Amino acid sequence: MVTIRKNFGVLLAAGLLAVTAQAAPAAEAVQIERQSWPFAGFFGTFDRAQLQRGYQVYTEVCASCHELKRIHYRNLAQEGGPEFPADAVAALAAAAEVQDGPNDEGKMFKRPGRLSDPLPTLYANEQEARSIHNGAYPPDLSLMARARNAENVAPWFIHPFLMLRDIAVGYQEGGADYLHALLTGYEETPPEGVEVMEGMNYNTAFPGHQIAMVNPFGGGDGQVTYADGTRPTVENYARDVAAFLSWTADPRLEERKRIGWMVILYLVITAGLLYAGKKRLWSRLGGH
Amino acid sequence: MSSHAEEPTRRDFLTIAGTAFAAVGGAMALWPFIAQMNPDASTQALASVEIDLTPVKAGQAITVMWRGKPVFIRNRTPEEIEKAAATPVGELPDPESDLQRVKKGRENWLVLVGICTHLGCIPKGQSLADMKGDYGGWFCPCHGSHYDLSGRIRKGPAPRNLEVPAYEFVEDTKIRIG
Amino acid sequence: MSTHPSSYEPRSGVAKWMDERLPVARLMHGQFVDFPTPRNLNYLWTFGGILTFVLGVQLLTGIVLAMHYVPSAGGAFDSIEHIRRDVNYGWLLRNLHAVGASMFFFAVYVHIFRGLYYGSYKAPREVLWIIGVIIYLVMMATAFLGYTLPWGQMSFWGATVITNFFSAIPLVGESVVQWLWGGYAVSGVTLNRFYSLHYLLPFVLVGLVALHIWALHVTGQNNPTGIEPQTRSDTVPMSPYAISKDMFALAVFIILFAWFVFFMPDYLGHADNYNQANPLVTPSHIVPEWYFLPFYAILRAVPSKLGGVVAMVGAIAILVFVPWLDTSRVRSTKYRPLYFWFFWAFVFTCLALGYLGAKPAEGVYVTWARVFTFYYFAHFLIVMPIVGVIETPTGMPRSISDDVLGKGNGGSALSPATAAAAAEKR
Repeated sequence: MVTIRKNFGVLLAAGLLAVTAQAAPAAEAVQIERQSWPFAGFFGTFDRAQLQRGYQVYTEVCASCHELKRIHYRNLAQEGGPEFPADAVAALAAAAEVQDGPNDEGKMFKRPGRLSDPLPTLYANEQEARSIHNGAYPPDLSLMARARNAENVAPWFIHPFLMLRDIAVGYQEGGADYLHALLTGYEETPPEGVEVMEGMNYNTAFPGHQIAMVNPFGGGDGQVTYADGTRPTVENYARDVAAFLSWTADPRLEERKRIGWMVILYLVITAGLLYAGKKRLWSRLGGH
Repeated sequence: MSSHAEEPTRRDFLTIAGTAFAAVGGAMALWPFIAQMNPDASTQALASVEIDLTPVKAGQAITVMWRGKPVFIRNRTPEEIEKAAATPVGELPDPESDLQRVKKGRENWLVLVGICTHLGCIPKGQSLADMKGDYGGWFCPCHGSHYDLSGRIRKGPAPRNLEVPAYEFVEDTKIRIG
Repeated sequence: MSTHPSSYEPRSGVAKWMDERLPVARLMHGQFVDFPTPRNLNYLWTFGGILTFVLGVQLLTGIVLAMHYVPSAGGAFDSIEHIRRDVNYGWLLRNLHAVGASMFFFAVYVHIFRGLYYGSYKAPREVLWIIGVIIYLVMMATAFLGYTLPWGQMSFWGATVITNFFSAIPLVGESVVQWLWGGYAVSGVTLNRFYSLHYLLPFVLVGLVALHIWALHVTGQNNPTGIEPQTRSDTVPMSPYAISKDMFALAVFIILFAWFVFFMPDYLGHADNYNQANPLVTPSHIVPEWYFLPFYAILRAVPSKLGGVVAMVGAIAILVFVPWLDTSRVRSTKYRPLYFWFFWAFVFTCLALGYLGAKPAEGVYVTWARVFTFYYFAHFLIVMPIVGVIETPTGMPRSISDDVLGKGNGGSALSPATAAAAAEKR
């Protein structure tokens, strides 16, 4: 009886954090397929070549409509990112025209970009962006991989276990999974019975399935030419750009995990020592 | 606690080791709280600034901002250069020759961080109407430090000459500070 | 405070000089070194120390984050990104603060349910318990105010929804809400005052925690048997015994804390809050942070605006009356064979409400939310008073020492009178 009670209590207590820990899926949840990412898990780090390819896809495809205003040129060269060579980034920055000012005559002027400048902006404001894109607003992509997520879709009694699994494996790549699913989820002919509105496109991953953005990889395989020999497929474009946007949303990921391991290791040793000391102290009392 | 005597070394070792580990960890955990006040990555990236010198005529001076500090740029006349160069270095509180403080071949351009080395006030002397002190350069009104035409301290409480920032000429009439 | 004899002996001349003028060291020694703690406290009793630690972490990281945060509608979101990206260790400090809020609530829930299980609210600890409920309320207010500060979509719409609770007040509701907002909707003006109050309330918490510890040290701690210590052998000095246990438990707790901070800092938050606040677009699914979900479910279970708000406030306020709603003569659920099952049913109810709070308020979810809301209140208003009367406690040891040494825990039923006597004896 007592042991049953004890185990029952432990089981429930363990579930306490997990069960209530995460917000639930949106009303119309779409099961997003999980991908394997080099930066996933406890030891994951970004694949430099992948980030560089992802940047290439961003500049050649996404950048015509989407800004990336939280990223500065210096970030492209910094540790833990795509790590482009510093002088190449400086040259890239210098090729851009940046508005500065006012000068001594009170006029704004253009000058070559510097490492400290953000990537070029496309729109003066949201209203301008909407007027260019028929009312739709192409959002800034800097945080997109954090601002989207892939929810677990499962019956209620499975949920606690899925959450415990996610905590145990450190699952934080819902945003990347979603972006990958979105970019590979376009279908030219919607399923039967689905009416796609004028100016909208059918997408399996997008909530509601009707998205204003046209398929960015409508050109199919070969639309972007990779220099490093990676196969130029839509699947790879989607994967690389999702990885790149995961970095832009969380540029300190590598530093965070590196320090995290040192901290966890230190804590485990300290906890062990404290436990041994505590046991030794209490052994003098008898009883327990 | 009568049993204090039994195996004191092991108990002591474990307790001390545990406590010491916890204490060292606690101390190390303070570092991020201290380091966060240092200049951040975006501030560090603003290290350099370019200035066009074309509008500054001989005998004139301009003040520009660099890293949040005023930088004095003075286009010295030949007489001023001569006067600054002729000062006997040995008699100065902070001995430095004029040549050490300018770029060779461009001795007319004097670039200084405009902050008094005493307690951080901004010396007078940039505009024509300003007091320029006993040595014709700059005068700090806070505590009366006099700087000469090379920005060297000559009289008053300031311990060092006005700082010359790292700069270079990218063109004949354009410098990059930082 | 409690009147046990202090063994404090000033060791140096300076200490003696100080002791005669301001005996702070004597007070600290008496309360935190040789303070008698029941020797049978289990690890659930370490959460008081853990909570104090987390409050310290929140204060420290909060003060430091305030050095970089910009409390304006235009600057708040950007300044958080600046902290995450550019400030030295800014990502760490921000994660510590955000995850720390969740850890604070996790620990406080363990602490509250421990109190409920072992009857720690019963006489003479009613005031201690009520201060605890006030602390919980102030924590909730602080957490809510803090959650608006990043000025993401959930911040903005969470603030809109929560402040609108006050509009349920008859007659003056609208005026109260406009007073809270400083306008006709949540805006930068609101953000600025929320920031000020978010900075203020933690210091109120510190004061309340001091009172909480004071009250605790007057009555002494409860313990798993619920029997008051009777002899010296029932207790051990706080230092080094209880402290060594607290330290170990704290280290384990920090491992959990660090796990989230370093490996899944965003797991406990909501993705929508990485979208900047937009007063024109409501997210398709607004949910509060996980620690408010059960109350959110109660709010939505009641099909009237005022009723929902009253039920939600009542769900917290009812905790104040628990010392008088529980009619049982023994404290610890360990010796209450019937209440044991009701206790766990209540825990399940809270978890279920948490789950339902995260679900959209439609269809079967609402039905279940009503069922569990009913049971939530029934537990306090029906189960606690009735079960306490009809139940026969079993297996009570005579003293803490007997329990520790394994005597008198053979499952034999004591008469209620003996059990009560044992519980009341000081």
